[in-house]
Amino acid sequence: MAEKEVKLFGNWASTYTLRVEWALKLKGIEYEYVNEDIPFNKSEELLRLNPVTKKIPVLVHNGKPLAESLVIIEYIDDTWTKGYSIMPKDPYDRAQARFWAKFADDKCMSAMYSVSTSSGEAQQKMLQEAREAFQILEQALGSKKFFGGDQIGYLDLAITLLAFWIPILEEIVSVSMVDNENAPLLKEWFTRILDVDMIKTSLPPRDKMYELSKQRREQFFSGQI
Amino acid sequence: MGETLKLFGWKVSPYSHRVEVALRLKGVKYEFIHEDLANKSDMLIRYNPILKKIPVLLHDDTPIVESQVIVEYIDEVFDGHPILPKDPYERAEARFWARFIDEKVRPQVWMSCWTDGEIQKSFIAQAKESLATLQGRLEGKKFFGGDSIGLIDIMACSLALWYGVMEEVVGLNLLNDYPELCRWGEDYRNVEAVRECLPERELIVDFFAPRKDRIFAKKAPVYD
Repeated sequence: MAEKEVKLFGNWASTYTLRVEWALKLKGIEYEYVNEDIPFNKSEELLRLNPVTKKIPVLVHNGKPLAESLVIIEYIDDTWTKGYSIMPKDPYDRAQARFWAKFADDKCMSAMYSVSTSSGEAQQKMLQEAREAFQILEQALGSKKFFGGDQIGYLDLAITLLAFWIPILEEIVSVSMVDNENAPLLKEWFTRILDVDMIKTSLPPRDKMYELSKQRREQFFSGQI
Repeated sequence: MGETLKLFGWKVSPYSHRVEVALRLKGVKYEFIHEDLANKSDMLIRYNPILKKIPVLLHDDTPIVESQVIVEYIDEVFDGHPILPKDPYERAEARFWARFIDEKVRPQVWMSCWTDGEIQKSFIAQAKESLATLQGRLEGKKFFGGDSIGLIDIMACSLALWYGVMEEVVGLNLLNDYPELCRWGEDYRNVEAVRECLPERELIVDFFAPRKDRIFAKKAPVYD
């Protein structure tokens, strides 16, 4: 049997893997999915395909591997040029999309992580910073339906993982990072994006992720990770 | 869009340099507005209210921020020397390495310089691994971009000058263990577009040396 042209190495619980899957789905690309048992049991093939960072997701197209989810999304859009447009067409809009994706990863993700791995006064400080970061992120959305406008685009794919994780972590840690006070439009987008069919049907089960996050947090505090 | 280009930058900053190289490779004229980072101008804060950092490129009156984002924008808008490869796979591969440099090499080298004890040993080990990996990517070519400089070379610019100076100021010796990277650094510095906007070594020494203790305490640059 001929090897599928597109192969994706990922993990069922990885929202970075999902970013790539969504991009492939939007383009209607058929692919073979390989689940990797991360972090302690990575396959030989994965380590051979991504010896530099040894991480998932890795996309293999015609035998050539690529890593880094946001890099892969741009590659998919550059390569399968017919059909759905993921990146904006205008160079300035593209620059904006790339800036906000970086801001979301650098500031919002790390703020979210800091809140869930700190406690007491330090946590209060981290929470304030996180709330400010999300308030700023909302500027990229404005009154639009999606970050990409009327339909989802690169930035929506990049940021959806926040829509999934924030509510879970808010519940575990008993804090509020995104609410009607600091980012009402972003909060609405969280609901809207998680309701998009393609996204709704592919996200891992919430209760499973809740338990996994809780476990990881406990491991972190007990010094295991 | 018209053609008025202004760059808010700081001569000592490698991030500022990245944007200048890109503009010079394209042969486009721009006005350089020097920012005093201890005393940021109202204009800078107006054009980059979120991060309040340099570099900021103003194309007519529209600001673009984040050095890699700006470099990619310049490549997409202006003709001339291609900065990113034309082939989508090679382009993605260049972006992957740009990310590797910013997320691994940069913080690891920085922290190797500005920590001590066991923590420093750990960062040095990580930096060595990353530098070896990056050197491997050169594969004996003149530049990461092949015969001429491209995105990866521009993003790696700190290795061509800044890191060497920083290491000297703190008394560390990492880069010399990577002869291919050192050779690349010299070739990079000799590119005309680079030479035109590379700061004098002394300027960088004058930034780090008097602030050594404060940077060590903060683990981050100090501008005043």
